[in-house]
Amino acid sequence: MSAPHTLYDKIWDDHVVHRSDDGTCLLYIDRHLVHEVTSPQAFEGLRMTGRKVRAPEKTIAVPDHNVPTTAGRETHIDNEESRIQVEALDKNAKDFGINYYPVSDIRQGIVHIVGPEQGWTLPGMTVVCGDSHTATHGAFGALAHGIGTSEVEHVLATQTLIQKKSKNMKVEITGSLRPGVTAKDITLSVIGETGTAGGTGYVIEYCGQAIRELSMEGRMTVCNMAIEGGARAGLIAPDEKTFAYVMGRPHAPKGAKWEAALAYWKTLFTDEGAHFDKVVTIRGEDIAPVVTWGTSPEDVLPITAVVPSPEDFTGGKVEAARRSLDYMGLTPGMKLTDIKIDTVFIGSCTNGRIEDLRAAAAILKGKKIAPGMRAMVVPGSGLVRAQAEEEGLAQIFIDAGFEWRLAGCSMCLAMNPDQLSPGERCAATSNRNFEGRQGRGGRTHLVSPGMAAAAAITGHLTDVREMMAESV
Amino acid sequence: MDKFTTLTGIAAPMPLVNIDTDMIIPKQFLKTIQRSGLGKNLFDEMRYTQDGQEIPDFVLNQPAYRKAEIIVAGDNFGCGSSREHAPWALLDFGIRCVISTSFADIFFNNCFKNGILPVVLPQEAVDHLMDDARKGENARLTVDLENQTVTASDGTAFRFEVDPFKKHCLLNGLDDIGLTLEKAASIDAFEAKNATLRPWA
Repeated sequence: MSAPHTLYDKIWDDHVVHRSDDGTCLLYIDRHLVHEVTSPQAFEGLRMTGRKVRAPEKTIAVPDHNVPTTAGRETHIDNEESRIQVEALDKNAKDFGINYYPVSDIRQGIVHIVGPEQGWTLPGMTVVCGDSHTATHGAFGALAHGIGTSEVEHVLATQTLIQKKSKNMKVEITGSLRPGVTAKDITLSVIGETGTAGGTGYVIEYCGQAIRELSMEGRMTVCNMAIEGGARAGLIAPDEKTFAYVMGRPHAPKGAKWEAALAYWKTLFTDEGAHFDKVVTIRGEDIAPVVTWGTSPEDVLPITAVVPSPEDFTGGKVEAARRSLDYMGLTPGMKLTDIKIDTVFIGSCTNGRIEDLRAAAAILKGKKIAPGMRAMVVPGSGLVRAQAEEEGLAQIFIDAGFEWRLAGCSMCLAMNPDQLSPGERCAATSNRNFEGRQGRGGRTHLVSPGMAAAAAITGHLTDVREMMAESV
Repeated sequence: MDKFTTLTGIAAPMPLVNIDTDMIIPKQFLKTIQRSGLGKNLFDEMRYTQDGQEIPDFVLNQPAYRKAEIIVAGDNFGCGSSREHAPWALLDFGIRCVISTSFADIFFNNCFKNGILPVVLPQEAVDHLMDDARKGENARLTVDLENQTVTASDGTAFRFEVDPFKKHCLLNGLDDIGLTLEKAASIDAFEAKNATLRPWA
């Protein structure tokens, strides 16, 4: 009998094309997702060298980062540079014969939402994209990670990547979550515990009862932010929930291929006794609804806490915390729930799926956003948007005073016109609170969809559990 | 890709931890469809005011560091997005080497694809080199990839580790894609086997 393997070991071993003596491997890539911002130079590289896309049928492109989320974008994008990038993707998709969802297609959306939705992402696959949040697809038990543009070109030309294996890290969330606590709170709490470099050099496998109890959408939220913890990828072993989610999707296998796939997918788990190089265990019961106070995703605290002081930290973090507090305009000791909010953004590849919109709408139903509040919902895909309209969620958002937008990355990274002004403070369901991330001088607090909705109503950061008690 | 062999140059000290890719090159500059020309926007929001004036305190605006070729940085340099625009901007400015205790994974890989050497050293070594960098243009560091050393202006040499394959590619300025295409037969064989074992993929 062979030594016990982790899930990561198994997926890795099944994709090694060539192994050099020094351990450098050529790894086969099953799915290559492409968007407009990190691909133009890669396609240009192919043209200059006369190379083709090796496996166009495994390559899927969709514009998402740059696209406006307002009406009329199918015919015109005002920003010239954005328009050129989107047009370049249109042309590259056509010239190289790859799968493509243009802005005019209802299936268009954020690449990490479209992939799973269309059944491109399947358990046991290797999935890459020129985008760090590719980690999202790990929720299916796929080895998924971001790559740079040079590597995008490498995958386009060869359908492989040159890789060295990472180490194995286990993050176990035991027990069950308490009411009002979500997948977003899990993933932020893990980063708060390990730091943004805690996962560097590792692939994380998330496991434990609280992870098992999450829906597929919640699992995607958890894996999405593995990169914010520094990990190359995050993984969750596939189970019946995974198979049920995948079954019947447009690009999922059917018939005999489905049966064969299912038999293989059921072997994708970490063997008893397999070795992990690092283990982190958190009790699900101990996780509270959390919020970030600073400019790094590791700056996480329960909503019931107060703004920390730089002296609470050690080493280089003292100066970093001082800079963060200054940038965020916060005073140590003030209650997080006293922080006033100007803008609420619900969307992104972290929290732009239908369950996220349902969670926010449940809090907003029959309520209005605070006077002067700017609030927007940007669904993760055209299909999520259509479903939310069918379920009556869109009307709840609109009645509450939210803007109801078209699909895209939008204010998560503010490459399109959706941006914060200097000093504007936003409760966002996205994934990064870096300086300037949502617009120069903008101040971001990362939260779950329910917490974002609660802040929109009260005008300040709010413990969503209080709003839930109200609605009972 | 340009070769990297040895480099003697001015090092700019940037002790801040977690310098992220949004700081290195903010998103508004990702709209280009070219690799070149990003140097003027390197660290844009730290380097210029909203109306485009230089912020004199920022290290790369100081006379001693305007021609820096090396950055000595705090922990976890390059965290955040996968944007290769970050190393493109560093390279376009003239930075060929970044020294830190740790780097984010994707940024680290992206550097090697662009002729930039990221050097990982222990805290004490980085502290020593940071102090040296603070001395300005009189203190030049020497980075020797072949011998895997960084030498401070006082002659203290620190040895660093580097992946042998990445070192080989950087020393010779090799194109990864060309190397991989030499293994086309292995890729063909893998795909043929895969078609039987995992026909749904």
